[in-house]
Order: sequence, then structure tokens, then C-alpha cells
Amino acid sequence: MNVMDTRATSAMLYLDGVHVSFDGFHAINNLSLALEPGEMRAIIGPNGAGKTTMMDIITGKTKPDEGTVLFDGVTDLTRLDETRIAELGIGRKFQKPTVFESQTVQDNLLLALNVDHSVRGTLFWRESKAETERIQKVLETIRLTDARNRLAGSLSHGQKQWLEIGMLLAQDPKLLLVDEPVAGMTDVETHQTAELLKAINRDHTIMVVEHDMTFVRELGVKVTCLHEGTVLAEGSIDQVSSNERVVEVYLGR
Amino acid sequence: MSAHILTRSLDRAATAFVLIVAAVGILIPLSNLLLPQGSFLQVPTYLVALWGKYVCYAILALSIDLIWGYCGILSLGHGAFFALGGYAMGMYLMRQIGSRGVYGNPILPDFMVFLNWDKLPWYWYGFDMFWFAALMVLLVPGLLAFCFGWLAFRSRVTGVYLSIITQAMTYALLLAFFRNDFGFGGNNGLTDFKDILGFNVQADGTRAALFALSCLALITGFLICRAIVTSKLGKVLIAVRDAESRTRFLGYRVESYKLFVFTLSACMAGVAGALYVPQVGIINPSEFAPGNSIEAVIWVAVGGRGTLVGAALGAVVVNYAKTFFTSGPLAPYWLFMLGALFILVTLLLPKGIVGTFNAWWEPWKAQRVSASTASAAREDGISEPNPAE
Amino acid sequence: MSGHFLDRFRALFLSVVLIASFALPAFAGTFEDAVAKFANDEFSDTEAAIEAVASSGNPLAFPIISALQEERLSADPESKKVFITQADGKIIDAATGAAVDKLPDNAAPVRLNNRLRRTVEAALGSLTLLSPDPAKRVAAAQSVFKSHDENSLSVVEGALAKETDRAAKQAFTEARAAIILFKSDASDNDKLDAVSVIKSHGDQEALALLTSAGPDQPPLVAQAITGAIASIQSNLAMWSAVQNAWYGLSLGSVLLLAAIGLAITFGVMGVINMAHGEMVMLGAYTTFVVQEVIRSRYPGLFDYSLLIAVPLAFLVAGGIGVLIERSIIRFLYGRPLETLLATWGLSLVLQQAVRTVFGPTNREVGNPSWMSGAFELGQITITYNRLWILCFTLAVFAILLAMLRYTALGLEMRAVTQNRRMAASMGIATSRVDALTFGLGSGIAGIAGVALSQIDNVSPNLGQSYIIDSFMVVVFGGVGNLWGTLVGAFTLGIANKFLEPVAGAVLGKIAILVLIILFIQKRPRGLFALKGRAVEA
Repeated sequence: MNVMDTRATSAMLYLDGVHVSFDGFHAINNLSLALEPGEMRAIIGPNGAGKTTMMDIITGKTKPDEGTVLFDGVTDLTRLDETRIAELGIGRKFQKPTVFESQTVQDNLLLALNVDHSVRGTLFWRESKAETERIQKVLETIRLTDARNRLAGSLSHGQKQWLEIGMLLAQDPKLLLVDEPVAGMTDVETHQTAELLKAINRDHTIMVVEHDMTFVRELGVKVTCLHEGTVLAEGSIDQVSSNERVVEVYLGR
Repeated sequence: MSAHILTRSLDRAATAFVLIVAAVGILIPLSNLLLPQGSFLQVPTYLVALWGKYVCYAILALSIDLIWGYCGILSLGHGAFFALGGYAMGMYLMRQIGSRGVYGNPILPDFMVFLNWDKLPWYWYGFDMFWFAALMVLLVPGLLAFCFGWLAFRSRVTGVYLSIITQAMTYALLLAFFRNDFGFGGNNGLTDFKDILGFNVQADGTRAALFALSCLALITGFLICRAIVTSKLGKVLIAVRDAESRTRFLGYRVESYKLFVFTLSACMAGVAGALYVPQVGIINPSEFAPGNSIEAVIWVAVGGRGTLVGAALGAVVVNYAKTFFTSGPLAPYWLFMLGALFILVTLLLPKGIVGTFNAWWEPWKAQRVSASTASAAREDGISEPNPAE
Repeated sequence: MSGHFLDRFRALFLSVVLIASFALPAFAGTFEDAVAKFANDEFSDTEAAIEAVASSGNPLAFPIISALQEERLSADPESKKVFITQADGKIIDAATGAAVDKLPDNAAPVRLNNRLRRTVEAALGSLTLLSPDPAKRVAAAQSVFKSHDENSLSVVEGALAKETDRAAKQAFTEARAAIILFKSDASDNDKLDAVSVIKSHGDQEALALLTSAGPDQPPLVAQAITGAIASIQSNLAMWSAVQNAWYGLSLGSVLLLAAIGLAITFGVMGVINMAHGEMVMLGAYTTFVVQEVIRSRYPGLFDYSLLIAVPLAFLVAGGIGVLIERSIIRFLYGRPLETLLATWGLSLVLQQAVRTVFGPTNREVGNPSWMSGAFELGQITITYNRLWILCFTLAVFAILLAMLRYTALGLEMRAVTQNRRMAASMGIATSRVDALTFGLGSGIAGIAGVALSQIDNVSPNLGQSYIIDSFMVVVFGGVGNLWGTLVGAFTLGIANKFLEPVAGAVLGKIAILVLIILFIQKRPRGLFALKGRAVEA
């Protein structure tokens, strides 16, 4: 924490000088990154670049050895646990689609709704009209209205990805972390997902981690390339993909 | 509030279960007491006590199913909560003996006189009052579960690790209760009970009443569990079971949910133990043996984890089989059968009896429903997914 | 038998000569009178008789006193005759050594009280001080050290002057010091020397001696005694710590042996095998069967029975392990809780099977000669079986480590542990590795059974008593790390043995269980945990 203290940052998410190592392996190395409110940012990078670990740090799953992680300019995320961070308004979609397979699509969304999450609150919960309408709306957005009563486990891979994005929507966080949303999707689905994310971006800040360059290009947003736990290049997709060091990292030396 | 929880909890199968248990709880005691001895329909007293034992086991099975079937917490130490509830009741029954013991001491139970103790240890105070003992039946297992769970769930001890340390917990208690100086009768435990609330524990009427009471406790426990699993809380529990960290990232405090059901489940197990003790007439440290707790888990697996009716059914079926085989010429083979049951159920019948039945029945029912009324079926808004699927 | 007897007589003869040469009082002529005093049935007379006989130098002195100790000495109060019933049942007249047909009707055994028993011991002590066998001399000197009987002083000093054996010389010096310390008319300087000799002896007996010598000593000596007591006490505390540490190491080695196979199946494969204890039991029963065959067919091979049992137990338990993996466990991968239940059921079946075949009671498994006995190291006693088990455990551990590091199977096993999917895509037959790994873990459990059969009861419940402890070791040490298991086993073993004297055996065990439960809360993955993404897999 130096110059940028006392809310000098307008950033929604602000990482500075973050280090993490596992048994001597430096997963994240002096990582600094800032996401402005309303921005959508794509993160690319080869395997082991530290993308998932970075998301683990932001969501409180992994504690950094050193460095600053600020949310909304004031909240130090390194001191909080996953639940607290989720309550603050950071939602996360996992690399492997993770939905509650033995429950219906509708119940998955119901669980994700940003309402009272206490034991008491859920024990004495009664459905309300507002909630039903919210769920209805999300179902339409993710095109799963017809599948609302199907078990989530019976959905196709792409539908699960969407359901998970839908859960993020139901959660209505300020910041969405989306890890590889189009892995295993057909071209059409990929295109639809890009449209979906762009639509969500209208009133949410989003960070997308993705390998699929076509998809990243279609998003048309600022790109950050990570390598060995640190930022290698930042800029538009064209700038980044023409960067010599990025090419070197992706193609090998 | 309570009305809508009740209507939500009681679907057709649950209502049927409650009615059957209620009928059994009323008819068996009546037949035992009113019909002439030896008549064809009269249930002899020893059978009332035996079935009373099964009903207590069914409550224990329910409590295990609540945490294992719905929340994925496999406790291999639930026998400890059962036994603690049993000991609390046993202590009350010991104090009721009064001066009718072998040594005739009005305050001290026989084993304390035998050990040359001159006064009651402090932790025996109050157990001469029924209300206090009844409170302890809930409080002692509940408190142990709360402390244990608070430590374990907060540090995210999960899966087999949790199973192993719950087993270590009951093992530590087993060793402790075997000690004479621990003050609970050591090896022999607590026995030779005389009265409960002024009624002779051996009398037919008392046994019939205890049986009816056990059935009532089973119904109450079942309704509480149903109310929980059909609420949104139940959906959260299943979410924790299936994808714990996902649930956390949605902003649920997973450890609070686990702690809540774990503690509640321990209290239920305690009640089961407390009802069990006056019916079998003894409580001793062997109830803490790790093997007992695992056996209780297999009842749930046999009946169908994640189906409350299945848990209760499994407890009765397995224990009936145990009684049947261990009292016949096949006794030496019972452990083979029990062992094989563990293996076969996990390999071939992972959903248990009720779960497997549901898996056949539900699609057929759903087909029929969708054929008759296409849209009105989902009017209620909350579907009832079968967690065993 | 007769040689032994001859020895004893030669010793007696020698002692007679020696004692005579020290010009002991002239009771010689009245030996018969002295013996007759045993017939008075008065403790004071008996005492006088013991002292007179012991110092008489008569060859019958030793048989009389030892007969008295073993209650084989009887007396006829009327004729005042005293008789010895010999070990072979023959009876001789104590005063003359002449054979007697049978005891007179009114002859009764000479009675002793506790004080007299000590006198008897002291008398026997001084009689054997002159034995030709150095070991017996040492033993006799040690008994004098305990009794510090002033009457023995001259014998001890005489023996010391002629002694050539180092150990015996040391023992005599200490015995002499003990006597002088209690001798009221010894000079301060002599006493101070005595204190320092006793201090260097440094065991529980020396401490007792110094403590009882404490009162009514000259101030200077008393001071020296206080100092010596303090020094011995701290010395003893150190030795008792060493003793506890040894017991701890010994328990730790047993725990390690039982847990190491589990560390492989649980640590490497993530399979909870509740039937692990039964693999240990099968190993122990294999040892039993091997010994039975050897006893009935080749008795000469008994000392090698364990060497034969080790590979057999490995094959039996390992084979059954592979069978279990192929028939049950492989269908349950990824479902650890179900695996736990199924293997628990398996353990019931195996126990009951063994109970059916071998019976429910303990079976006798013998110790080969090289496993029996003990030796002293400083102030502690080390039994050979415990020592061998420790060495054996460390050897098994070392071999296992080497195997994991240098063999192809070891490499494949490590690959599968670290990343199953990657290993599979590299062409490793993971299912074969799984079966072999499980077989290896079970086989090692079988080997553990061979060792445990030497120190524990071989019964169908043998395994159950180790299973919870083994899991505690693995969980405490950290999964997937054999060094963690090693450290975990020895830490738990030593902690247990240091807690035991404080809290008692059962409470100590409970305390350990509670501590582990608390420890797991703090470090859910054990002492040596894997970190990073591998944990989640």
C-alpha cells in the first residue's frame, strides 16, 4: 500500500504486488491489475500462468503471501473468507461447470438468489412473488425456461455453463469472475455466450478467463495476458496478440 | 408459519409413514394390555420391548440420515450421542432406585458404595429430577456435538477425515466410560433400574407406554426432519452435500448449516438413547464401541440414504434380521451376513431399498401425471426433487 | 545336575577356608549348639542361630541358611534336632549332615518374620561373596550393598583385596562403602569416600541407601549425602526420561509398522481401508501357522520361523489385498465414504472367518531365542524383541522409501498419486498400479502382523486394536507423505509414553486422541501436508 491508498483508486478490483507460492513454486509473482467499474476484462495466458490461482485469491479461497487486494476501493479481500466475499458482491463461475446436479434448474437459481442466507432465514423461507419473477427473468436470459424443472445433472454441458452464469445473475454481484465459460461449447453456443456476457456487462463488472481467442476477440474488450503469475501484456486483443513476448510464451521459444 | 411447514412436509409417502407409525404405536400397546394373555392377536411384553428397541434405533437412523443423506456428513460417532442420552436417562433411573439397592444407600448408587465413595460426584447432582435428566438428554449430546462440530466444521475438516475423528471421539469416550473412577459404573454401566416417574420399569403398562412414547418420538423426529429437508434449508444442505465450495461462493456460511444439523441430529440421537435405556434395562460403555456407530450407518444405507422413511425402515429391517439370525442356529454366521450386507449394499444397492424403489416408481408416476395434466402439475412452484437420485 | 552340586560344594569349601583365615570368633566347636537354637521357636534365638551358623565356616552353613530361606528347614522342639529337607526330598540332620529316614512327627518348619528374612538374605549374601563364579560374587556383593550388614565388612574387605574381576571389584567397593556409611564408628573421611562411591553407583537403591543413612550422621557427611541425593535424583530423572523415550520409540515403531501400509493405501490411493487391521491380523496368523508347521515337522528351524513368516505373510496379506481391490474397491473409487463402509464390512467377514477357522481365543506364537531376553543399558532395560521390532520397522520403512524412489512401480505410484489423469494419459495402466499399490499396502500390513505377533495376543481382534491408532498416525502425519507417517508415529508413541506416568495409561490415550482431534482442527491436512492445487484433486 503506497501512493494508491485512501480510495485513490476508483477501481472495482485492485490487485497490487501479490505473491503466492506453494512449496517453493511461485504461482503468483508480483501481480498487479486494476478493473474499473463497469468494465469487462478478458484474461488470457498459457496453462499454469496463475489465472485460476488469481481467482482463488480474489474469492478468498487462497490467502496471498503478500500484496494488496482491494474491492470497491476500500475492502481488503485478503482478510475475508469466501462466504463474506460472496456476500460483498463477488460471484464466481468455476472452470469446470459446477451446479447442484441433484436439484432442479429452478432450485439452483433459487439457491443463488441474493437473499437472506442465514440458517434461520432458509428454514422459515417462503417463496415470494418477487423471487419467482427474478427466477423467471434469469431463466429467460439463459434460455432454460423449458428446462426449469429438470434436474441440473441432466443438462448438456453447454446448458450447465449457462445455468452457472444464470446463478451468477441471480446472485446479482457487483463483480463477476467467469472462468472459461465456453470450454466444450459448440461455435453457436460460444457466440451466444459472448452475446450473453456482453448483455450482462451492461450493468455488471466482469472478469473473464478464457483460452478461446475467437471468443475473446468477439468480446472485443481489453485483454490482460498472464504468464508465470505476472502480467505480461495488456491492451486490445490485437495489441496483445502481436506482442512479441506473448507470441513467444504461447508458441514456445 | 407452522401450518405451511406442515403441509409442505407431508406429502403422500410421509403421511403414510406417520399414520403407520402412529397405528403401530397405538395398536401394539393396546393389544398387549387389553387382549387376554396367550390370545392369537396379543403381542407379548417381550416383543413390545424388542420392537421398542427397534423404534429407538429408527430414531437414531433418522438422525444419521439427516446429516449423511442430506448434508454429506458421515459421522462414525453417532453411537456416542445415543449412548450419552442413554447415560443421562440411566443416571435418572439410578437415582430413582434410592435405598432399594443392594447396599441400601439412599443417595449413592451401588457401584459408588462398592468403590467406597462417600459422596455423590457433582455431575450426578440434579439427576434425581426427571425434568433435569430430560434436559440433559438433549443438552449433553447437543453440547458435545456443538463443540466438536464448531471446531471441525470451522477448520473445514470434511469427508473421511471427519468420519475418522468422529470415530476417534467415540473411541475416546469408550475408554473413558470403561474407567471406574469416571463415575458412571465403569465396565458394568448402569442397570438394575426400578422406577421411571414412579412406575415400575418392568411392568407391562410402563413398557407399553414407553413403546407408544418411542413411536411418538419417531413421528416427531420424522416431522422435524421432513420440515427441514423440504424447506429451503434442505435445499442448501443438499447443495452443501453435492458442491460444498460452490455453496460457499454463493454466500452461504456452510459451517453454520453443518453445525445446525449436526447438533440437532446429536440431540435426536440422545433422545433415542434415552428411550432405549429404560426399555432394555441397561446402559454400558459398549454402546460407545465404534462398531455400533458404523452399524447404525449401514441401517441407513440399506434403507436408502437421503430418504427419511428408508432410514427408519433400514433400522428396523436390519435389526429384525439381526434378532432373527443371532437367536437361531445361524448365529455364528451373522457377522458374515452383516459384513456381506455392508459390501453388497454399497456395491449393488447404493440407493438403498427406498431409493431404488423411488428410482423405478418416480418416472412411471411422472409419466402418468404429465399425461393427465400437463401444465397444472407444477402449480405449486416448488418441485420435490428426490435427493436420492 | 551333579556338576552344579559339586560347584556349590567347592564354593562352600573355599568359603570355609577363607572365613577361617579371617579368624572369626571361635564358635566352631559350638556349631551344633548354634544349630540347635533353631529348634527354640523364638525369633531372637533364630536370629542368633543364623548369625552363628553363617559365621561358623561349617560346610553345612550354606545348605542350612538356604533351606531356612526356602522353608525347608524343620526342627523338633523336644529333641532340639534340626532337619533339612533337600530339593530331592531326602532329609538330613542339619547339625551333622547324616541322612535321616523321615521327619519326626512333631517336627515343624522354622518360622521367619520379615526382619529375619532380611537377616537370612544378608547371611546368604556373605556366604556367596566367596563364590568362584564372578557373577554370583557380584550378586552377593549387591545384596550386601542393600543390607549393609556390618558383620559382612571383614568378608567384603577380604574378598575385595583378592578380587581380580572388574565388575566384582566394583561391586565389592560399593558394598564396602554401603557398610561404612552405616557403621557408626567409621571416620568422617571414610564416610565421605563412601558417599562418593555410592553416588557414582547412582540408581534407585543408592538413593534409598543414602536417604535412609541421612539421619544421625556427622554434619559434614550429612551435607555430602544431601548433595549426593540431589545428584542421583537428577541423574535418575534423566534416565527415566531416557526410559520413557525408549518406550515411546518402541510404541512408535509398532504404530509406524501398523500405519505404514495404511499410509500407502490411504495416502497414495485415497482409499480408506477399514480392513487394514485385519491384514495385520492375517500376517500374525500366518506366523502362527508357520510356527505350527515348524513345531510339528522341523523343530530345528524354530529360530528361523519369523524369517520364513515375513515373506509368506507379505504374500498372503498382499494377495488378499489385490483380490479385495479387484473385487470390491475398484468399483468404489471416488466414493471414499462408501469404500469405508464396504471395507468395514470386509473386516467383519475376515474376523469372523479367522474366528471360524482358528477359534475365538488367543493363539500361542513363540519368540525365537534371539527375540527373547533383555540387556541393561545404563539404568534402563531393553528387551530384544522390542529392539528387533524397532530395527525391523526402520528397515521396512527404508526399503519402502527406496522402492518408491528407485523402482518402476514406485515411479508409477508417485505419478498416479500426483495426477491420476495425467498418469493415465502418459500410458500408465492406472488400474494395474492401483491393484499393486493396494497389494503392497496390505502386504506391509501382513509383515507388521509378523512383528506384532511377538508382542501382542494373536486373536481375531488383533487388527481392531490398531486400526484407530493407525488412522490417527496417518492423519496426524499428513496424507501422501511417508516421512509424515514416520514422524507422526514416533511423535504419538513418545507423547503417549510421556503422558502415561502423569495421567495413567487410559487417560493418557484419551488425552492423545483429544489432542489429535484438536490438532486436525488446526491443520486439517496433517503435519506434512501437500499444498496448492494438488490438494483439491
